[in-house]
Amino acid sequence: MDVQLKRGLLDVCVLAAIKNEDSYGYKIIKDMKPFIELSESTLYTILKRLESTNMLTVHSAEHGGRLRKYYHITKEGVRRIEDFKDEWKEIMSIYRFVVREDKTDE
Amino acid sequence: MNKKEFLLELQKGLSCLPSKDVEERINFYSEIIDDRMEEGLTECEAVGEIGEVQDIVTQILADTPPTKLVKENVKKNRRLNPWEIVFLVLGSPIWLSLLISAFAVIFSFFVVIWSIVISLWAVEISIIASSLGVILASLLFFFQGKTLTALAVFGAGVLSLGLSIFLFFGCKAFTKGIAILTKKIALMIKKSIIGKGRA
Repeated sequence: MDVQLKRGLLDVCVLAAIKNEDSYGYKIIKDMKPFIELSESTLYTILKRLESTNMLTVHSAEHGGRLRKYYHITKEGVRRIEDFKDEWKEIMSIYRFVVREDKTDE
Repeated sequence: MNKKEFLLELQKGLSCLPSKDVEERINFYSEIIDDRMEEGLTECEAVGEIGEVQDIVTQILADTPPTKLVKENVKKNRRLNPWEIVFLVLGSPIWLSLLISAFAVIFSFFVVIWSIVISLWAVEISIIASSLGVILASLLFFFQGKTLTALAVFGAGVLSLGLSIFLFFGCKAFTKGIAILTKKIALMIKKSIIGKGRA
């Protein structure tokens, strides 16, 4: 898959994973696993990028005698998900067009 | 491999990154290993699920913008021993003046090409101004009753105003070209400096 496209999609996936409640690294990977495999280092890069673009905030909380980092979605992050849904309609109509071309080729 | 070994290997592999970044990454992996163990995996299983350290290091370095890597490398090479500093100071009359003249040459090159741009725009603006002036002057002739002269002068004014439109597009294209050239040269200089820093 095109790297740029995939990066954008994964960003939205991670935002969706923390949309309903604050989450932490391992839980995000676990929640996404049935849909898409994500490596720890990829997740780290995505979280960093989302933090620097103010899509999420990070806070540490105690858990079982150690600190765990929790990620909280911001308004911008929620808006990004909504924008994605709109963009996706456009992508789907492009897809339908591409598939239609294929059929006429045969 | 246990958690401690894994994190130590990772730290070694990432030594070319800024130390703050390395620390954050270590904490991130440490937390995920702890979370896996909490789910019932043994330490070795938890580490094993994350993957080979070498693969992780390769991916992290590939994802890191080169400027970050370069910056760290340049900083490392800046650690000079006392003798090198003495030679640098003693040799400064030679290398400093050479360096300054090199920059002066590059700077004057930029000044020359940009002065062409400025003069082109100056011509363009003066043509516009003078043609507007001529058109106004034609009105003066008209009110003086010299209708024919007024018409001729007015025509000349409009003609040169029209020409200035063409010149405007020429100026714009030329400016753009020079801007791109400037950027390219600046990038070349930057690259050569960074390249030296890494060597």
